[in-house]
Amino acid sequence: MICQQCKKHPATVHLTDLVKGEKRERHLCEHCAATEGISVKQHVSINEVLNSFLMTQAGVQELVKIRCPDCGMSFVEFRNQGLLGCPKDYDVFGEPLAAVVQRAQEGATHHTGKRPGQMVKLDPRQQRRLELQRELRAAVEREDYERAADLRDRLAELDKA
Amino acid sequence: MNLDQLVHECGEWLKAGGPMSDVVISSRVRLARNLAGHNFLSKASPDERAEIERTLFDAIRSREFGKSTFYVDVEQSDPIDRQFLVERHLISRQHAEGEGCRGVAISSGETMALMINEEDHLRIQVLRRGLNLDDAWNQTAEVDAALEAAVEFAWHRQYGYLTACPTNVGTGLRVSVMLHLPALKLTNEIEKVLRAARDMRLAIRGLYGEGTEALGDFFQVSNQVTLGAGEEEILNGFKSEVIPAMVNYEREARRQLRTQSPTALDDKVWRALGVLENARAIGSEEALFLLSHLRMGILMERVKTVDLAAVSELLLGTQSAHLQKRLGRRLEGPERSVLRADYIRKRLDQGRPGDN
Repeated sequence: MICQQCKKHPATVHLTDLVKGEKRERHLCEHCAATEGISVKQHVSINEVLNSFLMTQAGVQELVKIRCPDCGMSFVEFRNQGLLGCPKDYDVFGEPLAAVVQRAQEGATHHTGKRPGQMVKLDPRQQRRLELQRELRAAVEREDYERAADLRDRLAELDKA
Repeated sequence: MNLDQLVHECGEWLKAGGPMSDVVISSRVRLARNLAGHNFLSKASPDERAEIERTLFDAIRSREFGKSTFYVDVEQSDPIDRQFLVERHLISRQHAEGEGCRGVAISSGETMALMINEEDHLRIQVLRRGLNLDDAWNQTAEVDAALEAAVEFAWHRQYGYLTACPTNVGTGLRVSVMLHLPALKLTNEIEKVLRAARDMRLAIRGLYGEGTEALGDFFQVSNQVTLGAGEEEILNGFKSEVIPAMVNYEREARRQLRTQSPTALDDKVWRALGVLENARAIGSEEALFLLSHLRMGILMERVKTVDLAAVSELLLGTQSAHLQKRLGRRLEGPERSVLRADYIRKRLDQGRPGDN
């Protein structure tokens, strides 16, 4: 099926609109759907990530040879089941794994969170303040001044405590 | 404490109430951890699995928080008990159906469950009712730190905490909330909202997590990215932007139903109550679907003769393993449907506000 909009690319996005109770079906390509603001991003499974990665790799032959000396996991085996065999695989599988991680993690490559021995705690009072401020903004926006006044008082109380 | 005693209780986090509980049923924080110096489970021999279980079990018992937990050996458990734990969200389906030695340490009040030998060596999970991720996170952080003083977790300079699957690497942090979105479903706006959530890099799942369908308008929303953002950043984005936005959409849809189609709304709600009060045989999915409508009706003050606590209890109690454990025997499908309907009628009959 060809995209109804551009009549060039294959239609991969199929929509059913309800306009005044009437059903209307439309078939678009990804590009035309995107220009209409329709996103088709789906939850990608690790296998899809791995497969698409392997397809684009020139050195497939090289990948086949990678195997962890500690746990015996090969890169191909990892590719098939999606699970690593031991902590060392993260080093042994090197660049190919780094690319898999980057795809699975929306481009992220490095950990920036807590390290062993650290403890990150949230301050509930700070959180409560943020929540009240957000509610206050919303109340002002919809011109609910009674609610806004109440929220303002609660914020003041929180600051005093 | 043991499983048979839990049957007659409603987990602390499943009780009605908590912040934004008109839409948010519960909040969950989960950390994935693995012991350094051991293979991940896909390459662990039965002996190594047993050693990992023992090491983690001892570490938990040696800590202050561990003294009030009880341990369930999932490998040795009866299938109904395993299903029972899944229904209470104390273990995952994968853990119930897995193989080899594995277990779960459950805190009193069921606000925390530590799964041993699921996909990773350890999964720390903390649950709260309503939207309460701060509290859930703070308890998680304490337990994580306490365990780090007893065992060494696999760690990497670049990747942070190492996990069996690269989708969990880094913080190992998965934050999720269970949302009840019946009005968005009725106004046909649910797809739009879920699509927007997916655009914000969130995963949407059903009542029992990975690979399950959304049943009875209950949706589990969670973050997908675990690397490249700090724990605080992940939590804050979730609870100050994403969830309040979704809660507001649902509240807006309820307002719209109330003002624009009150008769259609009442019809749905009262039909649900009518069937629940009168059915003589009912399946678990139909019960869940009707209880969802009834919950909405109570929260929107259309139905004032049923207590919200009764609905919360029924949402859990009508599920198959719960029903079988309460009656103390295995029940086949048709008999189960009859006894489920009996249980619902009795519970609704006692569930009048002011009775308890």
